[in-house]
Amino acid sequence: MVHLASVPNDKAANAPLVKGMENLKLDPNSNEDEVTASVYGSRFAAECLPMHEMPEKEMPKEIAYRMIKDELSLDGNPMLNLASFVTTYMEEEVEKLMAEALPKNFIDYEEYPQTADIQNRCVSMIARMFNAPTHDEEENAMGTSTVGSSEAIMLGTLAMKKRWQNKRKAAGKDYSKPNIVMNSAVQVCWEKAARYFEVEERYVFCTEDRYVIDPAEAVDLVDENTIGICAIIGTTYTGEYEDVKAINDLLVEKDIDCPIHVDAASGGFVAPFVVPNLPWDFRLEKVISINVSGHKYGLVYPGVGWVVWRSPEYLPKELVFNINYLGADQASFTLNFSKGASQVIGQYYQMIRLGKHGYRSIMLNLTRTSDYLAGALENLGFLIMSKKGGEGLPLVAFRLNPKDKHHFDEFAVAHHLRERGWVVPAYTMAPHSEKLKLMRVVVREDFSRARCDTLIADIKLAMESLKEMDKSSVAHHTKHVNKHHTSSGKAKANNEHYKGEKHSLQGKTGKTHAVC
Amino acid sequence: MSLARHVDPDQIIQALHHDPSRAHKHHVRTDGAISTITPYSSRYASQQEISKFKIPKEGASADAVHQMLKDELDLDGRPNLNLASFVGTYMEREAEALMVENLSKNMSDADEYPAMMAMHARCIISHLWGVQKGETAIGSATTGSSEAIHLGGLAMKRRWQEKRDAEGKDKTKPNIIMGSNAQVALEKFARYFEVEARILDVTEKSKYRLDPELVKKNIDENTIGVFVIMGSTYTGHYEPVEEISKILDEYEEKTGNDIPIHVDAASGGFIAPFTHARAGGPKWNFELPRVKSINTSGHKFGLVYAGVGWIIWRDEKFLPKHLIFELHYLGGTEESYTLNFSRPGAQIIAQYYNLIHLGFDGFRAIMENCLSNARLLSKSLEATGWYTCVSDIHRKNKDVINEEVETSANYIAGLPVVAFHLSDAFKKDYSHVKQESVSTLLRTRQYIIPNYPLPPKEEKTEILRVVVRESMSLDLLDRLITDIVTVTEQLMNSDPMDLSAFQPGATTIEKQHQSKGVDHANKHKAHRPMSKGVHRTVC
Repeated sequence: MVHLASVPNDKAANAPLVKGMENLKLDPNSNEDEVTASVYGSRFAAECLPMHEMPEKEMPKEIAYRMIKDELSLDGNPMLNLASFVTTYMEEEVEKLMAEALPKNFIDYEEYPQTADIQNRCVSMIARMFNAPTHDEEENAMGTSTVGSSEAIMLGTLAMKKRWQNKRKAAGKDYSKPNIVMNSAVQVCWEKAARYFEVEERYVFCTEDRYVIDPAEAVDLVDENTIGICAIIGTTYTGEYEDVKAINDLLVEKDIDCPIHVDAASGGFVAPFVVPNLPWDFRLEKVISINVSGHKYGLVYPGVGWVVWRSPEYLPKELVFNINYLGADQASFTLNFSKGASQVIGQYYQMIRLGKHGYRSIMLNLTRTSDYLAGALENLGFLIMSKKGGEGLPLVAFRLNPKDKHHFDEFAVAHHLRERGWVVPAYTMAPHSEKLKLMRVVVREDFSRARCDTLIADIKLAMESLKEMDKSSVAHHTKHVNKHHTSSGKAKANNEHYKGEKHSLQGKTGKTHAVC
Repeated sequence: MSLARHVDPDQIIQALHHDPSRAHKHHVRTDGAISTITPYSSRYASQQEISKFKIPKEGASADAVHQMLKDELDLDGRPNLNLASFVGTYMEREAEALMVENLSKNMSDADEYPAMMAMHARCIISHLWGVQKGETAIGSATTGSSEAIHLGGLAMKRRWQEKRDAEGKDKTKPNIIMGSNAQVALEKFARYFEVEARILDVTEKSKYRLDPELVKKNIDENTIGVFVIMGSTYTGHYEPVEEISKILDEYEEKTGNDIPIHVDAASGGFIAPFTHARAGGPKWNFELPRVKSINTSGHKFGLVYAGVGWIIWRDEKFLPKHLIFELHYLGGTEESYTLNFSRPGAQIIAQYYNLIHLGFDGFRAIMENCLSNARLLSKSLEATGWYTCVSDIHRKNKDVINEEVETSANYIAGLPVVAFHLSDAFKKDYSHVKQESVSTLLRTRQYIIPNYPLPPKEEKTEILRVVVRESMSLDLLDRLITDIVTVTEQLMNSDPMDLSAFQPGATTIEKQHQSKGVDHANKHKAHRPMSKGVHRTVC
């Protein structure tokens, strides 16, 4: 996630890769011709790619294509990345549709009305999937597409904050100290949302044996300044569903007017199909908004998320900008403006292509595979921390059994698997239970049973060779893999200036973030 | 279509679809079967419409769904004839191939896609914007300029808060300055992050851009910064960054309040550095010490498809630590300051492709071509005597004497945008012709050229606007000029007519469904009606 890149100064930009190379003289390329018969016969193949400054002259397009393609071959193989929830497989037909839609600007409703219609159909389908009330004439669920769940969560937070402010203003009370209640296992974008919109974060911390929010504790944290509670359907650590119903019931019982936003980034497309009877969505009266990532179990390539509100009442008017397009007013509530249209079209394709039946088959298969993997790991001596049988996301979180007294930890196992190409992350648990280390395998659509077997064989192998090593060679090996097999270990663009920030949960408690 | 509102097409289709005379044939077909031979023999060909609001129970085969959606998308406009938008609609085949190959890559997964990350870092193009020696510029890719503006504004707000905290002063009433020609994202920033937006009127005198005199009057100790736009979306004028910077310098001398500038170069960031006209003489980029951050859209004149923008701060000290999140991964640490997390990386790769494929010379050639075509269009329109241009890029720059080579340097600098309206003489002779009709009639020929009022205070002037992008070649331009002339003549010789029937209104059920803001009839009740607020255009 190099979201911030610092620009190297002249000295750094001109420094040779290997010391002493600046004195090496090679024969100058006599081939000055721009147009050459072959890519690798051109002068560009003998020069380094421009890295710091735009070149003066053009480069033929075939060569630019080939050079970039070659460079990208250093990227990992998405199939072996078991760390990420983000979709890496889509059918060829939909890839074609998405490629055709690349030049379309999603925000341009007037020019691409059909694409805009398609977004509205998706919102409707997703809202109904979450049981939004649709029988009432007056009440209309509202929703919008976003770039991902981060944007969706920011919008959700903003709406809750504005609504709370309006309520306080109307009552003539102070509205300068809003707070939000959430589990300390939240994804980093919740922290960002709170920070950027100046809302105080109130955490319900995890304990050694509870990795989800404690409903009673959460409701106790609520006061008159609370804009809302965040509940997660599918935490990124263990994939468990938080007990939204218990929070809802407590709020109703105590008659507290506090809304719930459900962060169903990962679980939104899983729970409705695997556990249709679990009430976590708009069936609960306090749930006012839900976000979901289309690019996770919605089975679309990165770049699409969704957020749905129960009714316009929860979406204060002053946040919505009316944009006039040649006679038709459009309401807009987004942080991004221009963006590609491909992903929304991809989402619609998946929903009508697969239907509920198709989604159910896929999600049930994934649940089966993750149960299989969990069973195998248990028999290998690991402790399983995630739920089985569809009570959580199709992922397996596991750790070494402390009773076995291994001389290596989960990080060593992860590094060993890395050598085989598997990206299985190891991390420490959420704050206040951070002594626990765990590893996580996300079972995505393209993780079939056959691949699962290969992984199990490799984990077995890794355990055996780790057991044979002594302590110092494990440490040595970990360092080696870290340096040579992970990209972030090699990364140079990291910025000293921002090292060691102390304001986030991570800075304060050493919380680690899982990729999602 | 308002007349026919009592007819519900969906209802008719449904009623007739269940025509009993057809019912007995149903058993012959393969109802709901998933496998079919061709897309048009599947149930979606005539048995059933594609599900609009609910996920269907059963799926359908991949090729059938592909074909149905493809057919439906034919109703969208043709990107190349959309002259309303700045966003790139053409890329070379090689670039497209790269993008398709990388559709599935996630920009936020540094561990998995190191090569893509390296390209991201190389794209930061601060050298173009005159970053100064001894400063460490820092920047990030965003989804577009909107995100970039939110980030730039938030950093200014935070810096101001920290300053006020240090001085022990009140920090509850921040404000920000912008012209009323600002894009909606700038106003959104103010609303969402609770900063008072001081929207200053623009006038003909100030060339429809931020008026330095008004800036002087509106700044105070609570001003977190000034948004200056390099390339107004209305008329393509560059705002006077240097002049405003000087005013702020004077203000600082007097009061000690240091007010930074954020330059919104969404459109101009890739034009001004390349064209011979530059930014028209005065400085606009990091050469001015007061300019702390600049954003641009890669998907406008950076020539990439929609979905990429950039923001750069001149030095890392202008990006408060409080806003940066550090994320630990297997063995590495990354800093993050974005509003989006997982998102596609294909556009970044395409941006890099463009930078190295075109080079400085290539970009210069394309931008000069755009400006040259825009000049031709402006001159042709004015030559008819029917139109007057509000944009100035076709007017000679008096300071330049070199007449031998025809480049943009001989003319006033600006975006390749042509904003024009009917001339006064024309309006006198043909008072029945409404300017809006020109836009509507051109629409029937597939061109999209919006007609809208200038920003508040000047809103009685309506303009038609054409954005000349790289894909607007001389040949297409020739057709466009011919068509505008034909349409205008047609209108001159016709009776006044009601063109509202051509207006694309909310006709489909989805369209009625989509906007729950305020309907058209009640729009004067909107919290901030269009007539008052910043007018929005596509960009």
